[in-house]
Amino acid sequence: MLNQIRPAIVMIVCMTILTGLVYPLAIAGIAQAIFPYQANGSLIHRDGKIVGSALIGQNFGGETYFHPRPSATTDTDPNDATKTIAAPYNAANSGGSNLGPTSKALVDRIGADAAKLAAENPGVPVPMDLVTTSASGLDPDISPAAALFQVPRIARARHMPEEAVAQLVRAHVTGRLAGLIGEPHVNVLELNLALDSAGHS
Amino acid sequence: MTLNGWLQVALFCVLLTLLVKPLGGYMTRVFAGERTLLSPILRPLERGLYRLSGVDDTREQHWVVYAVAMLVFSFAGFVVLYALQRFQAVLPFNPQHLDAVSPDLAFNTSVSFVTNTNWQSYTPETTLSYLVEMAGLTVHNFLSAATGIALALALIRGFTRRSAKTVGNFWVDMTRCTLYVLLPVCIVVALAMVWQGVPQNLSAYTDVATLEGGKQLIAQGPVASQEAIKMLGTNGGGFFNANSAHPFENPTALTNLIQMLLIFSIGGALTNVFGRMAGDQRQGWAIFAVMGLLFLAGTAVVYWSEAAGNPLLAHLPLDHLAGNMEGKDVRFGIANSALFSTITTDASCGAINSMLDSLTPLAGMIPMINIMLGEIIFGGVGSGLYGMLLFVIVAMFVAGLMVGRTPEYLGKKLEAKEVKMAMLAILILPLSILGFTALAVVIQPGVSALSNAGPHGFSEALYAYVSATGNNGSAFAGLSANTPFWNSTLGIAMFIGRFLMIVPMLAIAGSLAAKKIVPTSAGTFPTDGGLFVGLVIGVILITGGLTFLPAIALGPVTEHLSMLAGTTF
Repeated sequence: MLNQIRPAIVMIVCMTILTGLVYPLAIAGIAQAIFPYQANGSLIHRDGKIVGSALIGQNFGGETYFHPRPSATTDTDPNDATKTIAAPYNAANSGGSNLGPTSKALVDRIGADAAKLAAENPGVPVPMDLVTTSASGLDPDISPAAALFQVPRIARARHMPEEAVAQLVRAHVTGRLAGLIGEPHVNVLELNLALDSAGHS
Repeated sequence: MTLNGWLQVALFCVLLTLLVKPLGGYMTRVFAGERTLLSPILRPLERGLYRLSGVDDTREQHWVVYAVAMLVFSFAGFVVLYALQRFQAVLPFNPQHLDAVSPDLAFNTSVSFVTNTNWQSYTPETTLSYLVEMAGLTVHNFLSAATGIALALALIRGFTRRSAKTVGNFWVDMTRCTLYVLLPVCIVVALAMVWQGVPQNLSAYTDVATLEGGKQLIAQGPVASQEAIKMLGTNGGGFFNANSAHPFENPTALTNLIQMLLIFSIGGALTNVFGRMAGDQRQGWAIFAVMGLLFLAGTAVVYWSEAAGNPLLAHLPLDHLAGNMEGKDVRFGIANSALFSTITTDASCGAINSMLDSLTPLAGMIPMINIMLGEIIFGGVGSGLYGMLLFVIVAMFVAGLMVGRTPEYLGKKLEAKEVKMAMLAILILPLSILGFTALAVVIQPGVSALSNAGPHGFSEALYAYVSATGNNGSAFAGLSANTPFWNSTLGIAMFIGRFLMIVPMLAIAGSLAAKKIVPTSAGTFPTDGGLFVGLVIGVILITGGLTFLPAIALGPVTEHLSMLAGTTF
């Protein structure tokens, strides 16, 4: 037993240095050199300011922007540190609703959201992703159907022809990799940025 | 379910099967100490480590010494990780100035990572510094994985050696595994992850002014380096709270595919290592077939149930073809979320790309069953194979009873000692799972942590002990597990599930190694054919069913029936 103690201590120290410092710091060095944009979080700049990350969903509630999916992320209540409050798209505290399918809270929430959206665009079935929260709470994407569903509202609010907005959506659809892997999706922040620059021109 | 969804499942299966032989061949050479492509660079490093630590790499160990070395090493790792968390406030690489971790949480997290569980009672973004993530968690992702693989090697040697006193040298197995297998793969994968968008920096969190004039604080960190080993070592502990659902951990469909392949790669390849060391690769493929069939069955149920969606929403004006999207990210959708959830619980990984707590009841039942069966469907690196071989021993025992012959496997007679030890190792899991769940659902500190009411709440508690004892680490994450009661009982469950299973397993290895090899005769049961595969699957399902059906009936089954009856809680 005693003669296993020296290897245990030496190995834990050496392996900590090798796999815990040399390895991650070397990867960081190489990554910063060859993929600086990705290594720093795919940050998007506009007019010299950071307006978000291409990979992290951002909250939009106004009429003039495409809305992302509902988000279940929370934050500490500023008035009482033992409680949490809803804070959609809190990118420093990711997470989902964790509501099970038989949860009354879930069924009620989806029912209310579905009714609101159905009134906005009557006769069209509401895309499922617009009434369900993502696992990360930071889903940057919505389905192409969910983007097209919002086109009439955006067109009205921005006084743009619906076709022009729909065109923009179609240009921002990312398909499956090699036509096979993953699901088609639209990045909401990038679409909204494109919407802003289309408005300017 | 869609054709495209099934094609993605098929693509995964093909790629996995293609990986088995080359990786298995490489690993066999590494563990035999033969020269490989990387030897010129790594051999001097390996020698240096042995010299510093006083290890004689030519001397092998008796199974008891092997077990002691593993336990002492795990304990040393536990102490270092606990200390790092308790002192993180005064250590470097802490740009968010996070405070010391509380004692019960630090205990839970240390046990969690040393046992390859990676259960996370904490929210990483708001709890752990970059130093703890790198020099603490990343390190144990490597070492607990290497330890698991070393243990599987010891058992394989037990089966394949004749009249031997030793089962290998723990220090050599662990070192070679880390240097030649885990580290090189991780370097390549980590860089590929960065290319796809996974961050790798030491910066403070980024302040963002959003388009609508709001504020957003974006967590950063050395994510990619941890992501690679988190999947390859079937550890599963996320850099962020949302784990592989977080777009920084798993940004694209490609990273998702790579992550899924990494989870099964070593577990799959070890079946080939087993076959090669036994001198007959078909023995390995038979084990691979058992695992593959159980995996496909689980995937089919999860995919079907999730694609069917939630009937409680059927009356709403929704696009119901989309299936159950609560707790799923759009870029993965139903198929990739179902596939990932099955893979991560077949293996002892526990990373998630969708929220298991929000799965439909029957889909949520599969991850639970996968872990209850012992995580032997590819399983944790190493632990999957030795867990499976325990079931093989029991299956051969049952076959022996049927025909009235002393059971044999690979020419080794399986006698009372081996069968008793195998049963002991297998039965420790239900003792911990059912015992702790029963306790937690009747006392206040247990019940108060549940976030869902009704049968789903019971599932949350059951899943937590299933996951901890099985060293999986995934969760029905609504559970508020960061309390002294849950942190300590789950910590104990993780300890039991890892070490109390390992010791009887190593005893089997030692006992088998000492035996002679009986020549094959006409009466030998062939262990590389369909009958063997069917028998092992039968024994696994019957053992799991007899043990866990009552608990499953109280949780997912009751919930499914309530859902069909339109009841909410």
